[in-house]
Amino acid sequence: MDLSFAEIGHYSLVLALALSLLQSFVPLWGAHRLDGRLMSVGPVVAVVNFGYVALAFAALVAVHVTSDFSVANVYENSNSQIPLLFKITGVWGNHEGSILLWILILALFGALVALFSSNLPDTLRARVLSVQGWIGTAFLLFLLLTSNPFARLNPAPMEGQDLNPVLQDIGLAIHPPMLYLGYVGFSIAFSFAIAALIDGRIDAAWARWVRPWTLLAWLFLTLGIAMGSYWAYYELGWGGFWFWDPVENASFMPWLAGTALLHSAVVMEKRGALKIWTILLAILTFSLSLLGTFIVRSGVLTSVHAFASDPTRGVFILAILTAFIGGALVLFAWRAPGLKQGGIFAPISREGALVFNNLFLIAATATVLVGTLYPLALDTLTSRKISVGSPFYQLTFAPLMVPLLLAVPFGPMLAWKRGDLKGAAQRLAVAMVLSVIAVVLALFLSGAKGVLAPLAVGLGIWLIAGSVVDLTERARLFRGSLSTSFARLTGLPRSAFGSALGHAGLGLTVLGITFVSSWQIEAITSVKPGQSIPLGHYQLTYVETTNGRGPNFRAEVSRFQVTGDNGRSFTMAPSKRFFSARQSATTESALKTIWLSQIYLSLGDRSDDGSLVVRAYYKPLVTLIWLGGVVMAIGGVISLSDRRLRVGAPRKARARKPAAEPVST
Amino acid sequence: MLALALLCAVAAPAFAVQPNEMLPDPALEARARAISEGLRCLVCQNESIDDSNAPLAHDLRMLVRDRLKAGDTDAQVRQYLVARYGEFVLLKPSFSPENLLLWGTPIMVLAVGGLILLSRRPRRQPRTLALSAEEEAALERILSREDQPG
Repeated sequence: MDLSFAEIGHYSLVLALALSLLQSFVPLWGAHRLDGRLMSVGPVVAVVNFGYVALAFAALVAVHVTSDFSVANVYENSNSQIPLLFKITGVWGNHEGSILLWILILALFGALVALFSSNLPDTLRARVLSVQGWIGTAFLLFLLLTSNPFARLNPAPMEGQDLNPVLQDIGLAIHPPMLYLGYVGFSIAFSFAIAALIDGRIDAAWARWVRPWTLLAWLFLTLGIAMGSYWAYYELGWGGFWFWDPVENASFMPWLAGTALLHSAVVMEKRGALKIWTILLAILTFSLSLLGTFIVRSGVLTSVHAFASDPTRGVFILAILTAFIGGALVLFAWRAPGLKQGGIFAPISREGALVFNNLFLIAATATVLVGTLYPLALDTLTSRKISVGSPFYQLTFAPLMVPLLLAVPFGPMLAWKRGDLKGAAQRLAVAMVLSVIAVVLALFLSGAKGVLAPLAVGLGIWLIAGSVVDLTERARLFRGSLSTSFARLTGLPRSAFGSALGHAGLGLTVLGITFVSSWQIEAITSVKPGQSIPLGHYQLTYVETTNGRGPNFRAEVSRFQVTGDNGRSFTMAPSKRFFSARQSATTESALKTIWLSQIYLSLGDRSDDGSLVVRAYYKPLVTLIWLGGVVMAIGGVISLSDRRLRVGAPRKARARKPAAEPVST
Repeated sequence: MLALALLCAVAAPAFAVQPNEMLPDPALEARARAISEGLRCLVCQNESIDDSNAPLAHDLRMLVRDRLKAGDTDAQVRQYLVARYGEFVLLKPSFSPENLLLWGTPIMVLAVGGLILLSRRPRRQPRTLALSAEEEAALERILSREDQPG
């Protein structure tokens, strides 16, 4: 073939770079000159730009699917033997491909803004698209100059080196795209913030436009983090779900800041207060996304020295990071004081509660940030090496969460401007009673061995019950006839259900974490065929180990017969896989979900006398950790569906563009 | 995403605490597990030696148990390891002056944020001045007039 996919992809990337440059300056210049023709270039270029990036991505998928090992990226990360799914997911299971995915999602969001923002004021829209163009340009340069995914090998090898076995999992198909949709989605809020600062004008309408995009990014990030956590849980072989690993923290920080942004944007939209702060949060949230990209992509974590030995990529991202964050903050310092603040409120009010939320979320973000970067900074400055692990976060992050979570149910109960704390407490009485009952019950059932876990159970119930009370109070349930209450409930704005679900989901996650951290049952032992392991209410009997084959691996599958006290019986089959291409192995744990709890079974070494080392856990309510995340995301979707109907152009913008119809976002 | 942590896990197909490593005395073993959870597997990414599969983690687990059998207290075991491997081995950094910024950040951010909020709070008291006697009387007149039909 004369012109191969690789060249088409490479060429498309160069064209996309040219278009990004165009997008970076022409609409901006048009907005400055108030020239409608120049501004109208923005949306067209943004959509075409997406087309070329998508073409490049499709080309990379094509070379992976066709196992074209003359492309270095395919040779290093794929193999002709692996299933089609992993040939495709292998596209982003490596540095170059994942940066291309990052750019693809950025271009997608740019195109979406271009298509669904005809109700924005022209100048704002032009500036937003230009800022998106800057980000696109920077990352396309990074890709083309330091991480070209289409680089060729000559001569072409016969067989690829295979995808890292750990990544050969459905998790890779879902987790990175979700995470990037979240990360990169926050770029929209960033671009809006920069555009507003250039514009020098910001109003409640701005918050109305920004919120749906932020919500969209937030819900994908929520799902991405939950998915990543579950993946680590079943893949690592001992059932941990969160490690405070710097790479995890890198995704958690934008989530915390993004959650704060969601809440402060509400205040700005409804009350016109917290404008400057919301702008700053929008900048910070995307800055943390960029920081996360730097942390993960530069190799700075493995060690400062590894970073110093091959600094090209790291320094390039660091430059992008510095330029965008530094530039944005300078612009903020220069322009923000000129923005008009508005909306006075009493400390005890809905606004006050949301400020409380922001204060604690930002303190939590700062804690994670310092915990992640401090060892790095200390090593660089003083060559002292320290580790910051989960015990640190248990002493710092967890205490910050307690007052925040306690306050959550009060927020929606307080009125805007001036709230009535006593009244809110009275309306929450049912939730309080339920939480106290939960604490007492947990204390009693756990044999009163500690008070922290029962209190945490109470906190989880408090969040869930508080969300239910929020809805029943709005519907005035039990205060009128049931039918009018029902009519009220169905008449509530969808965002009311969204926030209630969001808070309830948080409660579910708290319950899951508490139960599994405090009351899991563990059995680590060595068994021979026919022997049993007692695990709580279950007996696990080792039956046999057989050999099997997968498409690109050899497997040892061990079967266990599990019998419950209630007489229920089922089989579990954890296995070990040996991948010849990379000479490495993975343990595939077996999971059995019983209601919301799970039995977790993972294998160790098998010795010659036939005995097998087994790690077995009963993990009570463990699934709630991730179900909580899913419920939060569903809350986001419901809230978003509400906004779609209402987010139409505010009057001021409509007056300027009389022809524009209110378009859903 | 957990590639680094995962790589560590892949290094050896065995896993964390092995049955043959465990001490026969349950109380001593429980102490060993608790200490292990706070010690870093030095070659891994933020994984404790209790969770890690790396051979070094195995050596450290044995070391912890040897010290405990020799009669060390928990603190002595930790000190012993810090003396050998440096503070890097502790997943919980010490409360030393060098780590002030690390431990102090949460409180500092809360305090600074709280102070900014307090200073920014508009000092506008709701001014509800009491009505004078004349105004009261006037109000009374107006209200009673409105009550009358017609």
